[in-house]
Amino acid sequence: MQRLKKVVTATSIHRHHSSWFLSGNRSLNVPIGTMWPNICHKAIRSQTSQYAFRYQLYKQTSRALASLGDQIATSKPLSNVRKQLWEFYFSTGRGANALFEAIDLDENGSVEPAELKAFMIEVLRYPDGEEIDPTEIMPYAWNRLEEREAAGRSYDMKSFKKWLVAATKMSADTKNTRMLQYLSQHPSLGEQYVSDAEEEEVYTWNDETMSQSLRRMQYAVRGEVVMRADQLAAQGREILYTNIGNPHQVGQQPITYFRQILALCDLPAECGVDHPDIGAVFPKDVIERAREYREIIGPSGTGAYSHSQGILGLRKHVAEYIQNRDGYKSYAGNIFLTNGASTAISMVLQGLLASNTDAIMIPIPQYPIYSALISKLGGRQVGYELDEDLNWAVSREELDKKFAKAKKEGLDVKALAMINPGNPSGNVMAHEDIQVILEFCNDNGIVVLADEVYQTNVYAETAQFVSAKKVTLDCALRDLQLVSFHSTSKGLVGECGRRGGYMELHHIDPYVQSQLYKLASADLCAGVVGQVMTSLMLRPPQSGGESYELYEKETSSIFNGLKERAQKLVDGLNSIPGISCVPAEGAMYAFPSVELPPKAFEAAKKNGTTPDNLYALSLLEETGICVVPASGFGQKKGRVGFRTTFLHPDTVKAVKLFAEHHEKFVKQYT
Amino acid sequence: MLNVYRALQHKAGLGQSLRSGRAFSTQLNDDHLASWQKSCWETYLSTGRGSDTLFRSISRNGSQSITVPELNVFLDSVKRRGVHPRAFKMLNELAHDHNLTPQEFKSWLVLATKFHQEHEAHFSSGYDRSPNVGERKTRSEEESFSSWNRHTMSQAVRKMQYAVRGQIVLRADELQSQGKDITYTNVGNPQSVGQPPITYYRQVMALCDLPAEDGVDHPEVYKMFPADVVERAKEVRAAVGSGGTGAYSGSQGILKFRKDVADFISKRDGHPAYPGNIFLTNGASSAIELVLTTIISSDLDGIMIPIPQYPIYSALIAKLAGRQIGYYLDESNNWAATKAELDKQLNDAQSNGLDVKALALINPGNPTGQVYSREDLEVICKFCSENGIVLLADEVYQRNVYSPDKEFLSAKKIASETPGCENLQLVSFHSTSKGVIGECGRRGGYMELHNIDSYIQAQLYKLASSGLCSNIPGQIMTSLMVKPPKKEDDSYDRFEKEEQEIFEGMKRRAISLVKGLNEVDGINCNPAEGAMYAFPKIDIPPKAIAEAEKEDMSPDTFYALSLLEETGICVVPASGFGQEEGRFGFRTTFLPPDDKIDAAIAKFKSHHENFVAKYA
Repeated sequence: MQRLKKVVTATSIHRHHSSWFLSGNRSLNVPIGTMWPNICHKAIRSQTSQYAFRYQLYKQTSRALASLGDQIATSKPLSNVRKQLWEFYFSTGRGANALFEAIDLDENGSVEPAELKAFMIEVLRYPDGEEIDPTEIMPYAWNRLEEREAAGRSYDMKSFKKWLVAATKMSADTKNTRMLQYLSQHPSLGEQYVSDAEEEEVYTWNDETMSQSLRRMQYAVRGEVVMRADQLAAQGREILYTNIGNPHQVGQQPITYFRQILALCDLPAECGVDHPDIGAVFPKDVIERAREYREIIGPSGTGAYSHSQGILGLRKHVAEYIQNRDGYKSYAGNIFLTNGASTAISMVLQGLLASNTDAIMIPIPQYPIYSALISKLGGRQVGYELDEDLNWAVSREELDKKFAKAKKEGLDVKALAMINPGNPSGNVMAHEDIQVILEFCNDNGIVVLADEVYQTNVYAETAQFVSAKKVTLDCALRDLQLVSFHSTSKGLVGECGRRGGYMELHHIDPYVQSQLYKLASADLCAGVVGQVMTSLMLRPPQSGGESYELYEKETSSIFNGLKERAQKLVDGLNSIPGISCVPAEGAMYAFPSVELPPKAFEAAKKNGTTPDNLYALSLLEETGICVVPASGFGQKKGRVGFRTTFLHPDTVKAVKLFAEHHEKFVKQYT
Repeated sequence: MLNVYRALQHKAGLGQSLRSGRAFSTQLNDDHLASWQKSCWETYLSTGRGSDTLFRSISRNGSQSITVPELNVFLDSVKRRGVHPRAFKMLNELAHDHNLTPQEFKSWLVLATKFHQEHEAHFSSGYDRSPNVGERKTRSEEESFSSWNRHTMSQAVRKMQYAVRGQIVLRADELQSQGKDITYTNVGNPQSVGQPPITYYRQVMALCDLPAEDGVDHPEVYKMFPADVVERAKEVRAAVGSGGTGAYSGSQGILKFRKDVADFISKRDGHPAYPGNIFLTNGASSAIELVLTTIISSDLDGIMIPIPQYPIYSALIAKLAGRQIGYYLDESNNWAATKAELDKQLNDAQSNGLDVKALALINPGNPTGQVYSREDLEVICKFCSENGIVLLADEVYQRNVYSPDKEFLSAKKIASETPGCENLQLVSFHSTSKGVIGECGRRGGYMELHNIDSYIQAQLYKLASSGLCSNIPGQIMTSLMVKPPKKEDDSYDRFEKEEQEIFEGMKRRAISLVKGLNEVDGINCNPAEGAMYAFPKIDIPPKAIAEAEKEDMSPDTFYALSLLEETGICVVPASGFGQEEGRFGFRTTFLPPDDKIDAAIAKFKSHHENFVAKYA
């Protein structure tokens, strides 16, 4: 009934628009390509009728022209429209129906595979006419297309859409469906109300009407493998979670000193710092420090919204820390305290992406928050490949090449994300490595987003963390616009649940900064407890204090544990024939590549999944180890691998399981 | 290029005229162009997108510039709709000696089409002067060029407005740093204006954060903490699990806490609630953002919001490049939303080609302070249900009901009890920032999905997981809020006393503030039945309106600034929330302590009298 009503309304809109359209269609006489935004709105709105109508008109016009024997090539604007429809679909996931109609020129409701092939070649062509080999950028989808051609079957709207999703996003929707399945069985979901009515009739907010850019968004770290792991765990299986850098979850202890101060900041004075018996429970230096923090936070305490940029006194601590670290002045006014680095990155990307041809360069492999946010915001990602053979460094040639290619595609590269120490790659960049990236960005007016959340997680003796800001100032890159991120979730504190973090703006247009402030203010402020944690992380207890010894003991035990496991895990993985792993100099991850027999590739293809997904699921089922398939981070074509943390104390023992499973897996597919 | 363009125009026109049997004429051609320009203009006005295309449509000769006369001809052709009068003056100043480049044009366009002219112009400079920002290093535009600037940044963000922390507040901060005593009544931020935190909550929180041997298991813990607090803390710690408050939780929030929330809702409404349908979030703001992000799929998707509204809705819709459709609340009818008004706005929106996806309802109202009756809610629920519109029920003030003859009723309760609303798709929001708990800095809150497609829920989960999880202290606070201590607990008496004190204080001030405001000649205020705000209407003399126009401000911003400068009271101009044309007013909280509120009432009066006298 609901659906029916909705349909009635929808038709009335169309009717209305058709009449608007009839009166307005004269605008067609302008080359369609230049009218893009206008057309595109109509296309999205209509899903079918209107756009089809516009197309009919267009085609009638061109037929009339053809009958006149006109010499002007009408294919030019048509191909423009097609290309723009494709671009729009590609970046936003919207307008699939319009795209179908743009291919189905004879309007019989079906598209021949050959037609589709020609269409793809046409839209993938660079503006200067150079062609791109589709087998290279969409091998799976192209393959399916060819199979279908061989079978002599054409596409209707439904099968076309299915193909399109597969072609543009490596089966995002299959993943969504699987996610839905897992989620509905997820043990920690809790009881859920599901309507008895037939879904179709009830929901106007559904897969078709929801935000399509969100629908396409993928976020691997909490993806399919993890959900399966949770399911197994609920069935009583013991699972070794190595999928996420969530240290406290896998046994890392919180640092007592920080927690004690937090507690005293939260407690009302008479039950906390001014309680007569407080000395019996809290050490002296903790009480002193807590008083200092209470002073800085002010009388409103931790329960009030703060300044949207964060409490000034705490931002001053951040600035001091940066200054000591880099040896260059840092300003509290350029710091934003945020709910973890994720929120900061999301804010900056929101401020950056102005249209669906705006692009962000991200490393391949990358931490998937970048790809997820870019696709959510309807921007475009341009990957630059890190070279595994060069300890995951990137060359200027690679950057220039990808930049030129993006420009050729008509994209506007706004920013570049660099992750140092690398996630998932675990490398620590040298001064020169950073310089290459920064100079490239400086030369091309690209904003640098420096993700430095692992800055204290450096284990290799030979490596040292250097901040992007330091390199910028060392090299006197005057025009470089830089935003750096840090977080309380990593390092040795590992306070993920606190959602604390900061970003520092360096040489960002003050106007833009005021707009970022506005964006922050719409969410009022970052959690105050997280803000306090951020400052605490950067200001450990002083030697001589009562708490110092305990603090030293706790942090060094965490650090040494990480360092030892990093070494042993990588060594262990490298001792397995068929697995190779670059040393984890920093961060919390090993990112090995695995060699798989060709049959495994075939099996994956058959299941509509990637080989490393297949591998990771098999690893999970066999051994209970939950890793993230490397395809979730992006990797060089043909590479297969996974990411595993070395946070869990049992990581080293897991090496044996990795070895056994690998052997078995290889055997199974030979 | 130009030739191809002309030729195509010509040929296509010919084709069409062949079809329609009409003769081809140049006149027709200009019509096409005008209609193209017009649709570009409409698109830009509504979404802030497509300024490049607009530029091309105006700059017809293919040059990369627009002359001022060219632009004026164009603006006349669109009947100057949506252009601020001052924009014409600016245009002459900007381009008296040269043609407009695309960048200049775009910049001018944003300014010219702003609804609240003062915002864009003053926000950035207000921010620059704000003392609380701290020392900054900035470089002026002249010194070096930033590729990320006002022209290249996201224009959706640029267009977005958020009045609660806008220009007036920035000015207030500035005055405060100069030593002036400021009464902040702009944000519902209770603990910043003297409301004490509730001890019980804070004690449990502290013990959850402390490592066991320094907290719950410390031999001397009972010296500092009551036994039931330690008990509760242990319970919470068990629910959080071994990862403690420092680990990410599941993206939907910790199951045990969601069960607490579900119990609370079931008890409140008398209808079952399910933890699987609950999401714990960083305050209600981020819950609303999650939902809107998932709903808005194109720039023709409309969200109906009340006018006046809490500006988070307009801000987020602008940021997500959707369209807002205001439905006016009837001030003379205690801010009710009538069926006729809802239908009218829906029809208008549909005839403008918009697809109305959702409707936001704020109950108790912010900034309007009304508490809806069952009948009021039935109208809205039925309307949404009949039209397949998702209802977003913002119920963060549910605990703040002061009027003795009013009672908070949840949208879910009404939806469950009203025939014809069985299929209503509903998302309800709650938060730890309001109520009597007032823990804003904690960023805790939840949303409940009722009758939402499970595919959508999975997508919301995915979106939540890209922010990993909401902060754990906030999750704990949410659970504590919905499950306070029981009567038999040691802490109960103290808890009850603290809560009552806060609640009675709010109630007292709600009445005294509204009464005080109504005693001022020229100020009219509906009773604040709930929430934390009074939203009076003020009469502004015509001279002051003229003066405001000269200063490029809305009259109530002008009034609020004058109030701030004279009395140090920081309110939010009503235009930031939206209101009927010709109405002026402001929003003030009644959170500051009684003496401050009493002093403020006297100041409101004296300022208003001075203001009226000055501009008589």
